[in-house]
Amino acid sequence: MVEAIGVRKSYFGLEVLRGVDLTVTRGEVTCLIGPSGSGKSTLLRCINHLEKHDAGELLVDGELVGYELRSGRLYELSDKRICGERAQIGMVFQRFNLFQHLTVLENITIGQIRVKGVKEEAAIAKARELLTRVGLDSKERHYPAQLSGGQQQRVAIARALAMDPKLMLFDEPTSALDPELVGEVLDVMKDLARSGMTMIVVTHEMNFAKEVANTVYFLDQGVIEESGDPKVVLTSPASARLQSFLSKVL
Amino acid sequence: MTSNGDDAVKVVPVRHYRRWVGTVAVVIFLAMVVHTILSKVGTGVNVCTRVQGIRHCHQPLRWRFYWNIVFHYFTTYDVIHGLYLTLWLTVLAMTIGIVLGVILAVMRRSQSRLLSSTAWTYTWFFRGTPVLVQLFFWFNITALYTSITIGLPFLHVTFLHLNLLSILNPFRSAMIALGLNEAAYMSEIARAGLLAVDEGQVEAATSIGMTRGQSLRLVVLPQAMRVIIPPTGNEVISMLKTTSLASTVGVIELLGAVTNISAANFQVMPLLIVASIWYLIVTTVLSIGQFYLERHYAKGALRNPPPTPIQRLRDDLKGIASKYRTKRGVPSGVTS
Repeated sequence: MVEAIGVRKSYFGLEVLRGVDLTVTRGEVTCLIGPSGSGKSTLLRCINHLEKHDAGELLVDGELVGYELRSGRLYELSDKRICGERAQIGMVFQRFNLFQHLTVLENITIGQIRVKGVKEEAAIAKARELLTRVGLDSKERHYPAQLSGGQQQRVAIARALAMDPKLMLFDEPTSALDPELVGEVLDVMKDLARSGMTMIVVTHEMNFAKEVANTVYFLDQGVIEESGDPKVVLTSPASARLQSFLSKVL
Repeated sequence: MTSNGDDAVKVVPVRHYRRWVGTVAVVIFLAMVVHTILSKVGTGVNVCTRVQGIRHCHQPLRWRFYWNIVFHYFTTYDVIHGLYLTLWLTVLAMTIGIVLGVILAVMRRSQSRLLSSTAWTYTWFFRGTPVLVQLFFWFNITALYTSITIGLPFLHVTFLHLNLLSILNPFRSAMIALGLNEAAYMSEIARAGLLAVDEGQVEAATSIGMTRGQSLRLVVLPQAMRVIIPPTGNEVISMLKTTSLASTVGVIELLGAVTNISAANFQVMPLLIVASIWYLIVTTVLSIGQFYLERHYAKGALRNPPPTPIQRLRDDLKGIASKYRTKRGVPSGVTS
């Protein structure tokens, strides 16, 4: 589903990703862990082309992200084509990023109506269904500022799901939440994982990774230091770096 | 401490003696202002009559502020037509200013250095020269160009040919001058609004597949409006008054109209009062409009939107009524 081969990315001469290889199969949950600045979020943002990677190959569903290979050359795709690709990849942000001027319901319908061209009634029906799924059916007329962090993040998940994504990216979805609100968001994510959604999750929630992930990748200083079954990797880490990281977060 | 009950300790508020003195002084001053505005003075001309051989003289009185003359000219055709031109000029110039200003603001944020520096230079030029100079410039533009032709060079293909000598009249030159000048200021206001919208909003819009244009139109601009509206309201009010400069190039707007009248009858002061009152009426209406517009675009920005003045007045009246009721021994909240 997602295939990264030697992906590199640097900002102003600072190399954030230094050759990352990663494979995600359909229906699997993959967790990216690692210290801050290790390149986890950057990798995630490269996958839906919010950032352009400098070198290496990045394939989603067998197709290059943001580029097209024609007669041995990589052509950057037009804005419109990239948007089409992005619409199929859902993303949930650390800071929710709900549209502040729209109600909960409008947040979930705007993408369906404006990007996918769904009829308004159908979009609203779908939004209500998703709101029930994330347990917020009573909040559809509220504005984001009137919701708690946990509720906002659940709306953000519903907004992403409304586009019928084939892949969901989560960028530290619980890091900006009060501790008592983390659970409600993780529950929605677990439910989503059970339904067979392909998910890549950047997280600091080691218990979530242990419980839900099929594979966990440990990134440090722009490279994958260790990867594998979370039950093995997180309980008996092989590398010294992961050992010291886990001793700090657990 | 018990908060209520019979043995509750009575609270004595601090007495602000200086505030009382200040209040009394201001009340006296305001009373004097109102009195002098509404006072009458002698005309300085003695009018004498002889009744049964005895000469009676008195000085007729007139309003100090010539209210009778003000009232007489307030709704004359010339004044109303001038007011109409003032409003129309304001609307047109502001429309040019807002549309061009938003375009310039978006250009400023462009990745293209050429586009962003062009927008910067525009603002630099039009903000850096006095608006009165620009007004004269556009009024006299036909000294430089008598016509404008848009077409392909060397190929004798013409898309558009404008004969400036016949198109430009005082009103249109003023509209262009004020509109282009306003765009420079509006672009800075719009830019501040765009900057105030969190980067994450664009990312979220992009992540659900919106194009750059869609995220600007559907996500960024509506949220920028909240920041853009208050200073734009200021600009509209400022523009309303700046249109009076157009009288210098021969547009008979409100100021031009009253100047023309007073040039004929020498009643300068009353006619300036006429113009001032009209300007005040329009700015008041505009301020009220701005309040409701701000409220509309504050949607979602505040958990509890502040009440409108009418709602506040109603709450105040309710508060007074309930206080009155409790004083009479009926607990508040109990209605008969």
